[in-house]
Amino acid sequence: MAKTVFKKTEMLTDVPLHYCPGCTHGIIHRLVAESIEELGMQDKAVGIAPVGCGVFAYKYFNCDMMEAAHGRAPAVATGIKRVCPECLVFTYQGDGDLASIGTAEIVHAAARNENFTTIFVNNAIYGMTGGQMAPTTLVGQVTTTSPYGRNEQTQGQPVNIAEMLATVNGAYYIERTSVHDVANVIKTKKAIKKAFQNQIDGKGFSLVEVLSTCPTNWGLSPLESIDWLKENMIPQYPLGVTKDKGAE
Amino acid sequence: MMTEQIICAGFGGQGVLLAGQILAYAGLEEGKNVSWLPSYGPEMRGGTANCNVVVSDEEVASPVVVEADCAIVMNRPSMEMFEQAVKPGGLLIMNSDLIEVEPSRDDIRVLRIPANSLAEQAGSVKAANMVVLGVYNACANIVDNKTIIKCLEKLMGEKKKHLIPLNEKAIDMGSGEAKKQQS
Amino acid sequence: MAKVLMKGNEAIAEAAIKAGCKAFFGYPITPQNQIPEYMSRRMPQVDGSFIQAESEVAAINMVYGAAGAGARVMTSSSSPGISLKQEGISYIACAELPCVIVNIVRSGPGLGGILPSQGDYFQATKGGGHGDYHLIVLAPSSVQEAADLVQDGFDLADKYRMPVMVLGDGMIGQMMEPVEFKRNEPPKLPEKEWAANGWSDKSKPRSVVNSLYIEAEICSEVNRKLKEKYDEVIKNEVRVQEYMTDDADYVIAAFGTIARIAKNAANKAREQGIKVGVIRPVTLWPFPYDTFAKAAGKVKGMLDVEMNQGQMLEDVQLAVQGRVPVNFFGTQGGVIPTPAQILDEIIKMKEGK
Repeated sequence: MAKTVFKKTEMLTDVPLHYCPGCTHGIIHRLVAESIEELGMQDKAVGIAPVGCGVFAYKYFNCDMMEAAHGRAPAVATGIKRVCPECLVFTYQGDGDLASIGTAEIVHAAARNENFTTIFVNNAIYGMTGGQMAPTTLVGQVTTTSPYGRNEQTQGQPVNIAEMLATVNGAYYIERTSVHDVANVIKTKKAIKKAFQNQIDGKGFSLVEVLSTCPTNWGLSPLESIDWLKENMIPQYPLGVTKDKGAE
Repeated sequence: MMTEQIICAGFGGQGVLLAGQILAYAGLEEGKNVSWLPSYGPEMRGGTANCNVVVSDEEVASPVVVEADCAIVMNRPSMEMFEQAVKPGGLLIMNSDLIEVEPSRDDIRVLRIPANSLAEQAGSVKAANMVVLGVYNACANIVDNKTIIKCLEKLMGEKKKHLIPLNEKAIDMGSGEAKKQQS
Repeated sequence: MAKVLMKGNEAIAEAAIKAGCKAFFGYPITPQNQIPEYMSRRMPQVDGSFIQAESEVAAINMVYGAAGAGARVMTSSSSPGISLKQEGISYIACAELPCVIVNIVRSGPGLGGILPSQGDYFQATKGGGHGDYHLIVLAPSSVQEAADLVQDGFDLADKYRMPVMVLGDGMIGQMMEPVEFKRNEPPKLPEKEWAANGWSDKSKPRSVVNSLYIEAEICSEVNRKLKEKYDEVIKNEVRVQEYMTDDADYVIAAFGTIARIAKNAANKAREQGIKVGVIRPVTLWPFPYDTFAKAAGKVKGMLDVEMNQGQMLEDVQLAVQGRVPVNFFGTQGGVIPTPAQILDEIIKMKEGK
């Protein structure tokens, strides 16, 4: 008799993902969905989709969903959680959404220690709009709006969200992970699950920054992208916990 | 049918907004229609403050007082600003302790009230607003002084209850002064 | 319950609480500060939620979240802050979420001033944010009416699943008048099956609150449905107050607090033998075009009075269709028109000027 060794989580719908080949959004979606299912919280989950590549996340996560304006997901999550504290509320945001237009919202959600969970996907570029420079774009990185490479004199330096939010007194748990290999995928899942568990336990604001690839806009193959992430992004964005009030 | 339109003006801290508010409360307490419209904004913070109060037997049409039956002015800038707003035959109550100049109008009634001095006699210069309130009500007689005291008690609450006798005295002194000057 | 003397801003806040508002998100700006202040005190007492948000932008998006989760929710601000909220309002309108937005209008443009104005009429009634949408816009002229309209506003918002704006001005917000709340207990709210607050009943599809429709056919259908809804609102919800218009030769058009000053002017005019009435739209959207159109058939002229450069004027002209002259008298920058000024304008109009 056949034995089931892998079953797709029911927390994902059957709608085919629109993400490009080699993009790691799909993996991150699965990790979020599996975590919620394993915690038995599908009935209570309310997710907030961002503007950016994750804009259609409401089609994929098989729970109640809201689509937010660009950068405003933490404010929307705040509104939901305040009137519906029993819900498991999460935002799924990219780097343009969270680290550029939505910095005020994420900082102040953290400052208030809002009891929701944020999955922050950092791929160092604006994917959906066609590869423009993001606040997380590396110095020297070529994008469609930094055609000569990001110039730190005129275009500034990358924003390190996990470190920045760790300085916000209210925030409860901040960790940066990556999904460039199996070991790190497993670590990411663990971090995401912990971030949700924190919410269930009423601990407050938890954010997992996940380093992700964008082969299409980086102009690399999926495999090259994995290497590029490892070699270029991790030095700028070191992995690990930047804040954990639970461990203090 | 009675409609009284009052402007109460002074510098911030003289309690002109409160005096107007108490009048409105008292009017409401006696079943009249009332409105209280304050000036608001930067002038609240140290400059001049004023409020428009309307007390009427009928529905208050406009809360904005343009032709006042009475203007109570507690300092010189207020007098300069509102003297002209008093309608002919109307009443100007001026705090003579702080206003050395004379009004330019001769078609209105003017009461020069040493409000600060009388308030000090009552126990605190802070009660100057109650002195002029007493003056006004003695002239216009739109509410019972007892109603004013009742509203004061409500507004001040338990914490400031001990200040009621002082305020009551200030109102009485205002009433007395008005009657003296009008006799 | 006896009438109590309350500031307009406080009456608005208390009316909302009594109507079952469970969440308030705001940001300080004069002259509406008493609303968030009052809410910060009262919300914890009624097991509700108050947040002083990091910005008006965040506040309106918190409203989006709370409304999407099915709660009665309100925000308030004043003109520049309302401009910041427009993005969120457009999303809320498209996602068909009910909420109440209070604008205690101050003078603009730009930072402008903090004194009363009606300069946001266009913004409130003609869109404000991007895209094809409407708000129900309610314009109270007294503190009592402000309280009533806030409570009605929540019902209308739920009934039509759309944002309702209560458009007051600095005067309404700051003045005190007696109030009696017509509703003291929150009503039983309608079931909100569409709310995204957990997918517990698996026999129904999960809830998705959204305003993104990439396919032309679907986006077009969404717009068609919105239009259908707005037509329904226009059919059912127009509110207008007429004052001495039966025998009037001239009509003053005015909304909000200015309509009260217009009434004073009408009374003064009648003392001089000029028959003047007042038409006061209570709903600025939907606008009472019919009332003005009917009046246009009876009167010799209309005078539109506003604290702006002539915004509602365009709707009055649209209603009147050139059948009678429509003059305009406006004040700006926080200057409040006086009855005498309005009377002068009436006399001018009578003299054919």
